[in-house]
Amino acid sequence: MPTVLADSLLVFERYARQTLRSRITLIFGLMQPMLFLGFFGPLLQDVPLGREGDSWQILVPGLLVQLALFSSSFAGFGILIEKQHGIVERMRVTPVSRTALLLGRTLRDVALLLVQSVILVLAGVAFGLRAPLLGVLIGFVLVAVLAASLASLSYAFAMRVNTPQEFAPVINSINLPAMLLSGILLPMALAPTWLDVISHLIPFRYLVDGVRAAFVGDYGDSALAVGALAALLLSAASLTLGTRLFRRAGA
Amino acid sequence: MTAILSTHDLALTFSTKRGPVEAVRGIDLAVEQGEILGFLGPNGAGKSTTLRMLTTLLAPTRGTATVAGHDLATQPRAVRRKIGYVAQSGGLDPQERVRSELVLQGRFYRLSRAEAEARAEELAVDLDLTELLDRTCAELSGGQRRRLDIAMALTHRPALLFLDEPTTGLDPGSRADLWELVRRIRDEGTTIFLTTHYLDEADALADRLVIVDHGEVVAEGTPAALKERYGGSPEATLQDTFIAITGHGPRREEPAPLTV
Repeated sequence: MPTVLADSLLVFERYARQTLRSRITLIFGLMQPMLFLGFFGPLLQDVPLGREGDSWQILVPGLLVQLALFSSSFAGFGILIEKQHGIVERMRVTPVSRTALLLGRTLRDVALLLVQSVILVLAGVAFGLRAPLLGVLIGFVLVAVLAASLASLSYAFAMRVNTPQEFAPVINSINLPAMLLSGILLPMALAPTWLDVISHLIPFRYLVDGVRAAFVGDYGDSALAVGALAALLLSAASLTLGTRLFRRAGA
Repeated sequence: MTAILSTHDLALTFSTKRGPVEAVRGIDLAVEQGEILGFLGPNGAGKSTTLRMLTTLLAPTRGTATVAGHDLATQPRAVRRKIGYVAQSGGLDPQERVRSELVLQGRFYRLSRAEAEARAEELAVDLDLTELLDRTCAELSGGQRRRLDIAMALTHRPALLFLDEPTTGLDPGSRADLWELVRRIRDEGTTIFLTTHYLDEADALADRLVIVDHGEVVAEGTPAALKERYGGSPEATLQDTFIAITGHGPRREEPAPLTV
């Protein structure tokens, strides 16, 4: 196990350096949530949203989950390009742990997401968000777990396809419905029953509700416990599946 | 002579939407310690697929192999510690600097940071890359990139080096340099398993040839013996010999089997 960790850190270091060199990555992922924050957030200020908390405490957690959803699910894109250069195979022929090749990259994605999340929350504060620090930190943990889950699945999937043309449409066709059905922009409390029922099938919904509960300081709320449980189950399933597929890929 | 690599009935069948494709149909071969083995075949004959099985990148669907003293199926990690592999496409990240690629590779082979840095310098001297250490890989010429690929594969002084069409796309000068380098690496004690579809390259470099077609070994022996047996005389060209064996030239244009 220590080898896996040491190897993961080596891999993390390489990709973190690459990310720091291209700051565009940082800004690119933030674009969409920032636009929603600035051009959509103000519309909600006086609208009754059917749950506790002011509009910013409801919107910003949604945008955090959206950020994790979009940036992590496209993480595999990078590996598609590396595969074309033979980089992945070159690494897989060395004694480095193959699990670490996945975990190190995933760790970079989580770190990037956390930096982006801090920026997003600070921008939210500028617009009028007020939330307890502990709640915000809990929110960060939940989206970090979500990001790790999605990124590892995304890498594993990218190992199984050969071109961006096969990769992107699949991710897009999962992301948009997942985003709408998990009540990222508006709480599902507003939904008619049928829509509410469908949305309960989407694991991200529980995360959004959990982060919202944390942002209003309701640490005893069952929504938070359910959100944490959803994050835990999702990450256990995705990391297991992700590492298994990734280790085997090409075989 | 002792074999550093031997396979028995090694086979790989891909499952595709149109049904199973037998890329490699049961290969038996041996590589002797210290030789340069030329692994020849037309495009799509199963050369790269065989290589990717022997380097632990693809799991065989049948058969066994012993590579550098370890069983391929049960001890893949031990195999990886003993072999070097340069893929057709190389394996360099254009945006990374030469030094950082070499150092990370050393770290992957379990060297400490200081050892990996020292080894990078050593390899750079050895492969004439010293001036290039602080350039990005994107700034290298084709020949320089190939030398770096090989330097990376030599990081851990492997017993057996696999080179998959190492001179494809190189200009004649760089090709000649690379041949020189391959001979030198062999003379320093590394066994070399080389695939190529340049027959002059096989003729110039290989001690022994294994010719594959349609995923099977169709002939093997020294270049001279093959020329005599299939080309009619020891003076026959390898081109004629090859055509006599496979029924066509080495660059048959048809879609290669799907390599994932």
